[in-house]
Amino acid sequence: MLATLIRLLGGFEAAEEALHEAFAAAVEQWPRDGVPANPFAWLVSTGRFKLIDRWRRQARFTQALPALAALADAAPEPTMTEHIEDDELRLIFTCCHPLIAPDARIALTLREVGGLTTEEIARAYRVPAPTIAQRIVRAKAKIRDDALSYEVPERAELPARIESVLQVIYLIFNEGYAVTAGPRLIRDDLCAEAIRLGRLVVDLLDDPEAQGLLALMLLHEARRSSRVDEAGDLILLENQNRSLWDQARIVEAQGLIERALASHRVGPYLLQAAIASLHALAPNVVDTDWPQIVSLYDTLLRVDPSPVVALNRAVAIAMRDGPEMGLRSIEAVIEQGGLDDYHLAYSARAEMERRLGHVEAAAASYKRALELVRQPAERRFLQTRLAQVAIASAPHSGTKVEIA
Amino acid sequence: MRYACLIYFDPQKVFNRTPEGEAVLRDTERFDAELRASGHFVAGHALQLPNAAMTVRVRNGKMSATDGPFMETREMLAGLIVVEARDLNDAIRIAAGIPYATIGSIEVRPLVDYSQPRPIL
Repeated sequence: MLATLIRLLGGFEAAEEALHEAFAAAVEQWPRDGVPANPFAWLVSTGRFKLIDRWRRQARFTQALPALAALADAAPEPTMTEHIEDDELRLIFTCCHPLIAPDARIALTLREVGGLTTEEIARAYRVPAPTIAQRIVRAKAKIRDDALSYEVPERAELPARIESVLQVIYLIFNEGYAVTAGPRLIRDDLCAEAIRLGRLVVDLLDDPEAQGLLALMLLHEARRSSRVDEAGDLILLENQNRSLWDQARIVEAQGLIERALASHRVGPYLLQAAIASLHALAPNVVDTDWPQIVSLYDTLLRVDPSPVVALNRAVAIAMRDGPEMGLRSIEAVIEQGGLDDYHLAYSARAEMERRLGHVEAAAASYKRALELVRQPAERRFLQTRLAQVAIASAPHSGTKVEIA
Repeated sequence: MRYACLIYFDPQKVFNRTPEGEAVLRDTERFDAELRASGHFVAGHALQLPNAAMTVRVRNGKMSATDGPFMETREMLAGLIVVEARDLNDAIRIAAGIPYATIGSIEVRPLVDYSQPRPIL
């Protein structure tokens, strides 16, 4: 509804006020006169006319009157439901405009498209509310001052613009998915909202990367409940109860991946989704199709040559060829640089060293990872691992510890 | 949620009988009526100038009352409006419509929700 009003009234502020007026009018009229046949259309046209009416009354808007009159007369009655989704898509493209600062895109999308309040966004991101409020104010000023168009971009512009939209959606999902402290409910909301946005884009645009992203989020979501135990501690993939995985979501993701692959245009989201689907379809860790996963990472590394992708590829090599080859690959990736602050690089190296029985090296790597880790559940996991290798490496330890 | 919009301005700019000051005072009447009609209005009061004020303190059981505060700073607290808004940005949007925002400044502060824990400082 907000999206439709923004299109009709040409601005966020005006639309928010119109929506408020429309609801106020509904509270008064609906109990008395009954709910209208099309409540959506009633609210949109009531909000629009109430606001235009008020503008007309206000002397300071005199100079804007001709434009307002044109607006009031030209716009057709917004009764078609297909317009609603189009409006929402326009709104996403505006909120995710590349000229808006990245963190402001996220805040604006969550508030204007997702309907979260400034305070809820602030709680989810654990920053003060004025920080989020400022981002939203600046983003709206940017939209107004640069007259950023409120429309789905033209074909030539579309790929770059979709990339920004998908990035915002994935960042929202990741924020909700990461196992960190913070109010659980709001974080679940972020995942649900990201999936809803992803679905909206997939329904309205035939784009393989959008399909890939939705599939990727569905696959993560399908396995989410098995990732942590009741105490909030991480459960490793090899110990996860696969019967808890949500098969309906996995099947839906599979369909999206097949549809996207048929376009013969592969991008990073689709490749990551394909990798995640191989995990989701495998009966256990050992019988996972590791050679296929390594070759998908090879392709991913070509389209997205980042150190994190290279690290994931090295871990897949470890699973395919054993810890010795794995350690060599991981060390090669670390040497290339770019992972100095990334705790998972050192915990992956520690894991290989532990499996090979290099307990002192493993302890050093776990310590390095612990210096970098921020999430409490991951920290607890690394501390447990460090304690295990520390016992094994102690020269006079009474018991011999089996290193698996 | 409820937010207080604390209005600060320099009285020299508002009450100096210039067209700008007069326009702001005139717009304020209309704005108040609109804010009530829109349902955002909860409460609001304008304050007399600080030279009509007394400052009271109690220390070690002894009360002292002094004149003022006198106008040391140019901008002074001149009034407050409590509004009902969807969130902080909605309250900011409403505050931006207060005519004094064009000549002074508006501090937007959320009211305390007593169901929430007290701040830890």
